[in-house]
Amino acid sequence: MAAEVMLMNEIEAKAASMAIDLNIDFNSIQLPRGEDCGIVSDDEDVYHDDQLEFDSGFGNVIVVDNLPVVPREKFEKLEGVIRKIYSQIGVIKEDGLWMPVDPETKKTLGYCFIEYNTPQEAELAKEKTNGYKLDRAHIFAVNMFDDFDKYMRVPDEWAPPEIKPYTPGENLQKWLTDEKARDQFVIRAGTDTEVLWNDARQSKTELVYKRSYWTESFVQWSPLGTYLATVHRQGAAVWGGANTFNRLMRYAHPQVKLIDFSPGEKFLVTYSSHEPSNPHDANRVVINIFDVRTGKVMRDFKGSADEFTIGGAGGVAGVSWPVFRWGGGKEDKYFAKLGKNMISVYETETFSLIDKKSLKVENVVDFSWSPTDPILALFVPELGGGNQPARVSLVQIPSKVELRQKNLFSVSDCKMYWQSNGEYLAVKADRYTKTKKSTYTGFELFRIKERDIPIEVLELDNKNDKIIAFAWEPKGHRFAVIHGDSPRPDISFYSMKSSHNLGRVSKLTTLKGKQANALFWSPGGRFIVLAGLKGFNGQLEFFNVDELETMATAEHFMATDIEWDPTGRYVATAVTSVHEMENGFNIWSFHGKLLYRILKDHFFQFLWRPRPPSFLSAEKEEEILKYLKKYSKKYDAEDQDVSMLLSEQDREKRRMLKEEWEKWISEWRRASEEEKLERQRLRDGEASDEEEEYEAKEVE
Amino acid sequence: MRPILMKGHERPLTFLKYNRDGDLLFSCAKDHTPTVWFADNGERLGTYRGHNGAVWTCDVSRDSMRLITGSADQTVKLWNVQKGTQLYTFNFGSPARSVEFAIGDKLAVITTDPFMELTSAIHVKRIAGDSTEQTEESVLVIKGPQGRINRAVWGPLNRTIISAGEDAVIRIWDSETGKLLKESDKESGHKKTITSLTKAADGSHFLSGSLDKSAKLWDTRTLTLIKTYSTERPVNAVAMSPLLDHVVLGGGQDASAVTTTDHRAGKFEAKFYDKILQEEIGGVKGHFGPINALAFNPDGKRYGANKVSLLIYNLLMELDVVVCCVSNEPCLWKVEIYGSTDVFIIVN
Repeated sequence: MAAEVMLMNEIEAKAASMAIDLNIDFNSIQLPRGEDCGIVSDDEDVYHDDQLEFDSGFGNVIVVDNLPVVPREKFEKLEGVIRKIYSQIGVIKEDGLWMPVDPETKKTLGYCFIEYNTPQEAELAKEKTNGYKLDRAHIFAVNMFDDFDKYMRVPDEWAPPEIKPYTPGENLQKWLTDEKARDQFVIRAGTDTEVLWNDARQSKTELVYKRSYWTESFVQWSPLGTYLATVHRQGAAVWGGANTFNRLMRYAHPQVKLIDFSPGEKFLVTYSSHEPSNPHDANRVVINIFDVRTGKVMRDFKGSADEFTIGGAGGVAGVSWPVFRWGGGKEDKYFAKLGKNMISVYETETFSLIDKKSLKVENVVDFSWSPTDPILALFVPELGGGNQPARVSLVQIPSKVELRQKNLFSVSDCKMYWQSNGEYLAVKADRYTKTKKSTYTGFELFRIKERDIPIEVLELDNKNDKIIAFAWEPKGHRFAVIHGDSPRPDISFYSMKSSHNLGRVSKLTTLKGKQANALFWSPGGRFIVLAGLKGFNGQLEFFNVDELETMATAEHFMATDIEWDPTGRYVATAVTSVHEMENGFNIWSFHGKLLYRILKDHFFQFLWRPRPPSFLSAEKEEEILKYLKKYSKKYDAEDQDVSMLLSEQDREKRRMLKEEWEKWISEWRRASEEEKLERQRLRDGEASDEEEEYEAKEVE
Repeated sequence: MRPILMKGHERPLTFLKYNRDGDLLFSCAKDHTPTVWFADNGERLGTYRGHNGAVWTCDVSRDSMRLITGSADQTVKLWNVQKGTQLYTFNFGSPARSVEFAIGDKLAVITTDPFMELTSAIHVKRIAGDSTEQTEESVLVIKGPQGRINRAVWGPLNRTIISAGEDAVIRIWDSETGKLLKESDKESGHKKTITSLTKAADGSHFLSGSLDKSAKLWDTRTLTLIKTYSTERPVNAVAMSPLLDHVVLGGGQDASAVTTTDHRAGKFEAKFYDKILQEEIGGVKGHFGPINALAFNPDGKRYGANKVSLLIYNLLMELDVVVCCVSNEPCLWKVEIYGSTDVFIIVN
């Protein structure tokens, strides 16, 4: 290995001496024109669009109109002024400023062209200086050169849009009607992306769709599972369909880095960040919000990265994703962004700010939406050295009425956890002790659905315990907390109801000294995986919270990711490429039985396909639960059939393999027998030969 | 049968070889001194002094009279097994990586590493019955494969030579003319360096282990791929049970990439596979460090049909040879064969 390392050094040294840059920027690589190098593109039309842009090559040119018309003597002075204004924004190309002159009067024509190095700079210049007042009479009108063409082509007469005949679309929810009621998941390993059925009955997967180089960075399901989104250099795309995966829509956004769906998957938010030409400036951020079905841009946001950096006044980190957080449940009605001293809440009817203004909250540093209702919870930290306490408030949208507020004293940090039905909000507050030298943690529990939103304070038995993880039971009234010191922390379960008082929180149990640092509730509640990731090397404990008993303990060595399937029947654990070895995933039953294990090198992603909420009414669901025994008989019988068939198939396969082998061996032996004399000759006539030994072994 | 620890080497071991009867065990190490042991009790019988570099490989004649060793000192030496004396020294311009006697022990195939301007090569030497008549000259020299040739062995009736190494291709050569007869298929073959190659007791098939985390079973005559055993570790060593349809794969992360946190991360266990069904059936736990050599004792006849010795050695931590039995008697090393009722083992 040392030799190999040396070799790499040598290569680098050699490259350096030959002035070759080993860090290849893949964006800079372009295939020769008219040559695809055997790489077939399925993006012909997108490619075509790009082509157009390249051909004209005026994407970085702006036209500045409404300039003063000046005679020849003043030409240079005006040019100087314009150059001064526009070189502040970006680097103007050499000879990139051209102000045409009337050949007869020798006066300028009142407009000029400016060519920048990049289209981004041109775009920025247009935004910043359009409407710039040089003096009262001269207000700049700035346009992209390429836009002229576009505007020129607008026909003078309005023609009614053509109404296309209705073509029924595919059933995008077809996967939900699988006869075996299986779930799908997507995996990405190496260059391949595969969508697979989890055929747990047969302990294997079944391929739905596979494609190499499907995405350029990652894939993501839409929240209801209808679409699979892929990310490319030109933009994002969504895929789906009844039986396979076809491209349903494309969302052009060059250099897109991050994407986010609204919870009802009506909208897609895409994000890109561009290096500024001036290294002192912040990165330029472009965010587009698309309508998923039509592919139309509903609203775009552009600006410097600073404006999108969440974290309040002293924010240090970069953009925290998602920049826009969606609220109001699955209706996708509102989205909001944290700003300096404000929260900007937009509504999707018009894609504008509610009441045309942001919600002003001095020093707000964090907020989160209720998962179901248009309610915002926001947190303002302590101010003025403790004179003004920190506070958490609940704000109703769109009325912006404060529903509840709680002041918190000597709080250093605060985190908010919503229960999935929006019934409860837990606020974890880290407080300073009196000496201010250390902190301890307490919880403020809000009962959102009850009158006046009562708040209860919960402190752990040992309030100095560090909180390692917190998780609400989905749709339930319980939560789990990992607390204590890292090598062997404790895990406690609490309920928002106690046996005789529905309005009081009570502790159910504490499990002492567990090797766990992460909590994974089943989406159906009741079951939870207590996982020891990272330092604990993938310890798993499958725990039943109803019975308060451990169902199984297991280990998926080095596991990095754990995800329940959307029905809560199976758990997937995966080792992704953060580790070099062991890459792949395991599928477990909900009670911790390992069903199967698949290894894949360079394993990047495992994602269960989400399911939309059930269409059944609550009463209907209850009815099914009541008669579960009756229904389950049918499925048990099916299961048994499958397992019988499987063992039958398995036996058959084994028999075949053995037979094949026997046949091969006997063939060999026959040939070997023929050569026996020759072998003896080679050994100077020594008779003892392997064949005899072999026979002896056969005796057993 | 108790586990036997054979102490004596001062540097990591490189190769192990049982004689045909299974009573003698020859070990090679980086400490220049091949050693012979009684396989039954682990007693050291003697050493072979004379090499001036790490000894990579050895083979012993069918009658257990002569030993051949290949070393990094660019020589291959013939020894008198009983007396420990050097009989002859072949000189090469580069380290010798593998040696094997042909059927009848009248020929030996030797591979040499690429070194300085020399490319790797396969040499065939005639081994004289009387060592005073031994000569240096090669009967045949084959060149062509890229990189190191980690193993070359004789095919049926000494008519062919099978070679494998860093270029991941298995080749069958005509041992008379040196002509390339067959090459393993690029699609179905190994993808990375082939580290080891071992023949079945009857020579009908052979097993190759590779850093591509798989081992493959091939037909010796036709070079058709018969089975593939996929594992989670780079394979450094392979062995086939002489009695049962079991193969054992040993390996682990490269020594330089070994994590220091947990021995399981390195995948150092030796794994048992069902030769025919290609399913993992068991494992030997307890190693810290990649396994670089594995061998079964061919002593089935002497000990009765139910006992097979499995020999493992460990590069990183221990310099001792560990003989581990695969039997129903207690043993220091834990060999687990899971889910199967008809097989021996659970040792501890």
